[in-house]
Amino acid sequence: MPFSLVDFLQALTAGILVGSAYALMCVGLGIIFGAMRVINFAQGDFLMLGMYAAFYLATGAGFSAFFGPSAGPIVAAFLAGPIVFALGWLLHRFVVSRVTGAGAAQTEGAGAYGQIVTTLGISLILQNGGLIVFGSTPTGIRTPLSRSSWEIGEVLLNRGRCVSFLVAVGLAIIVYLYLGHTRQGKGLRAAADNSQAALYMGIDVDKAHRIAWSLGVGITAIAGGLVAGSQSFQPYTGFDFVIVMYAGVVLGGLGSILGAFWGGLVIGVVQQMSTLVLPYQLQNTAIFVVFLLIIFLRPQGMFGRLSERT
Amino acid sequence: MTISQPVKHQLWAILGFAVGVLALSAVLRSDYFELVLTQVLLWAVLSLAWNILSGYSGYFSFGHAAFWGLGAYTVALGMLHFDLSPWITIPVGAVVGGLAGALIGFPTFRLRGHYFALAMLAYPLATLYVFQWLGYQEIPLPMKRESPILYMQFTNPRAYVALALGLLVVSLLISLRVENSRFGMSLLAIKQNEPAAEAAGINTWRWKMLALMLSGALAAAAGGLYAVVLLVVTPEAVFGMLVSAQALILALFGGVGSLWGPVIGAAVLVPLAEGLNAKLGNVLPGIQGVVYGVAIIAIILWAPEGVYWRVRDRLGKAKSASAAPPVLAAAPIAAMPRERREPLGENLLVLRDVGIAFGGLRALDGVDLAVPERGLYGIIGPNGAGKTTLFNVINGFLAAQRGTISFAGEPLVGLRPSQVCRRGIGRTFQVVRAFPRMTVLENVIVGAFVGAADDDTARRMAATAVDRVGLSARANAVAGRLTTRELRLMELARALAPQPRLMLLDETLAGLGHDDLGDILGVIRQLRADGVTVLIIEHTMHAMVQLVDHFDVLDHGRLIASGAPDTVVRNPEVIEAYLGKKWAQQVTEAAK
Repeated sequence: MPFSLVDFLQALTAGILVGSAYALMCVGLGIIFGAMRVINFAQGDFLMLGMYAAFYLATGAGFSAFFGPSAGPIVAAFLAGPIVFALGWLLHRFVVSRVTGAGAAQTEGAGAYGQIVTTLGISLILQNGGLIVFGSTPTGIRTPLSRSSWEIGEVLLNRGRCVSFLVAVGLAIIVYLYLGHTRQGKGLRAAADNSQAALYMGIDVDKAHRIAWSLGVGITAIAGGLVAGSQSFQPYTGFDFVIVMYAGVVLGGLGSILGAFWGGLVIGVVQQMSTLVLPYQLQNTAIFVVFLLIIFLRPQGMFGRLSERT
Repeated sequence: MTISQPVKHQLWAILGFAVGVLALSAVLRSDYFELVLTQVLLWAVLSLAWNILSGYSGYFSFGHAAFWGLGAYTVALGMLHFDLSPWITIPVGAVVGGLAGALIGFPTFRLRGHYFALAMLAYPLATLYVFQWLGYQEIPLPMKRESPILYMQFTNPRAYVALALGLLVVSLLISLRVENSRFGMSLLAIKQNEPAAEAAGINTWRWKMLALMLSGALAAAAGGLYAVVLLVVTPEAVFGMLVSAQALILALFGGVGSLWGPVIGAAVLVPLAEGLNAKLGNVLPGIQGVVYGVAIIAIILWAPEGVYWRVRDRLGKAKSASAAPPVLAAAPIAAMPRERREPLGENLLVLRDVGIAFGGLRALDGVDLAVPERGLYGIIGPNGAGKTTLFNVINGFLAAQRGTISFAGEPLVGLRPSQVCRRGIGRTFQVVRAFPRMTVLENVIVGAFVGAADDDTARRMAATAVDRVGLSARANAVAGRLTTRELRLMELARALAPQPRLMLLDETLAGLGHDDLGDILGVIRQLRADGVTVLIIEHTMHAMVQLVDHFDVLDHGRLIASGAPDTVVRNPEVIEAYLGKKWAQQVTEAAK
């Protein structure tokens, strides 16, 4: 073997820790896709907004000074969620809802044409708007946590990533409980499963979509805020994550929230483990290869189901 | 081959377009504008290539940059390492693109819908990283001052306009040819209802593969010429997401599935983006992207299906269905004998011990069945008994896990639905599977392809079939506007068109009123009088008892009874499982 056991364990734990943030992003995307069947190309840019929101809250708004340099960025990441949620709400209200939902289903391709162009347009606006507002210089949130680690045997655990792991998993559990056990969450799932039937059952599908969309981008933004503590970013960063997110969501099975979580985690692990045997530049190629392999072997993903009737 | 009127119009339009572009190029007064014009043409080729696959077949590709990039790198590396001229490497790149299409399609066409689209996303991006890793970060095309023309290095930028225009005209002609042939119609049928297309005898896999290969070849050729024009190739610029996005934005914006949509998209959006870049890019970096984003959203909200369709709908509201060509007169069928019962022949379809399970549910459990030639056999049973599953197993949608199925002495298990159809088995569906945007005649033509050597024969056979079911008057109506009765008849005609020996009819009478029943029953009787063997699933017992020679009764995936109608309806097990006592009485009376 070209690598030692310690290397292996190191890559595995790093994969799980990084993967937890991916998993949370995927949950965000999974909610949107599950409920609306819309391919949102702008998801990565909402993530980028989450990063900047957390950055400005932590530094500009003085959260790091108030809550301390370790806790401040975490609180800031959390608050990035509601901010992006609100932006998502507005975007859905005035733009996205006009190409999705019941009206769009009547047009050719079930509205997919308009949706793709619209989300690509939003992506362009957010990226370039970000360039105007934030500038093109890569930046990052400095936190003492990401520069220290715990040691278990010879394996190093980055503290920043450990904390973001706990936060991500905790938040994912809350989302899961919300979808499964609250009235609103159940309505959302019903609208996702069969929007027509949900409509007849008195569920406001348009509103359910708006909640799903805003919640989805908000959660992804929080994941972005968490990642922002351990890597630098610029307005075009989002795109790198779109691939990670879609790979994760498809891997888990389109439409399954639980699947999206595990899918994201697997992507993180694959990405980190691939560095054991492949050159660093091929990290993402490894993701694609695993991604393709799995959808060919199990097209419905790990947690999806196939349903078609003749 | 005769050229139809609409095709002639399109040929003139293409010629007019080419002359217009050349004229524009002649009056433009700056090299920069010529470069923008060249780019418009090249992006139009990419988008048109994308449209051949995604516009016609509905399989969205988010990864056409893979082909564009391979074409560009074929040219760049060929020149750098082997001193090869683009005159050679652009065609070679097209071949590479076509092969890449085959390589990608082979596994990826196992996927559908969003899965297919997202899987396509992965190919160019994975390739991008591989090229970076290989060290092909930035490949400048070497200057060949001694023989510029041999290496496509012209000082006059109009030469590039002419080359790009040539490529675009070729792409337009190819698209036109595809649109007006069996190829394009099969792709459209796949887009509208793939299982129905497959059951109608269209080898969907083959057409999808051909579409992707053709699409890949054209996209690669355009990418190759793009490299020549820009003189430098980087992985991000040719394999990046922007290229894939451009291919589909232009087509979606202009009008998917139309010849001119991608051209319109390129003609509007490419200069817009360039102009914004030049005017605003230096003032405030990023503002050009914002304006571009707002522009495409605003226009797509105005025209969700693309500019071409929107404009055409506006202009073409007055266009009536009568403009379509009249249906050919069908061969006389009145001479056919009515209700003359010929003796039943040898067994045509034989099932032995056929079984299939979904998880723990045994949908079919050891079914034996034999249908003789010219028989009219009915399959009855409660909901969930496995009736439709039985049809799906026979026509190849599902593979039997156990047992054998033979048709005219040849085994059927393991064949694709289109192959089963080719052997002479037609079918209809419980829920009508029409191609809603095609006319009745076109729907039936798609079904006729399997039995016809050329497109004209298919057209004739389809017209005959439409006439046979009595739908000639509605032949040019769009399927989406038909009544249930007409849809059922159309589906019958589609299955009939290739003149099958066996027809599988799945609840053909479902959802029909009493008056409409008669029409369909008449057609079915006529079928058997013409010597077609029929196997029919139906719940309308009083009609069935009069119609069929023989009942096979399914319950929980097992055959519980088989025999002549009047004995089967008295079978206590059948009454228990399906008919119920009251019904049995009525049915028996009706049969008298």
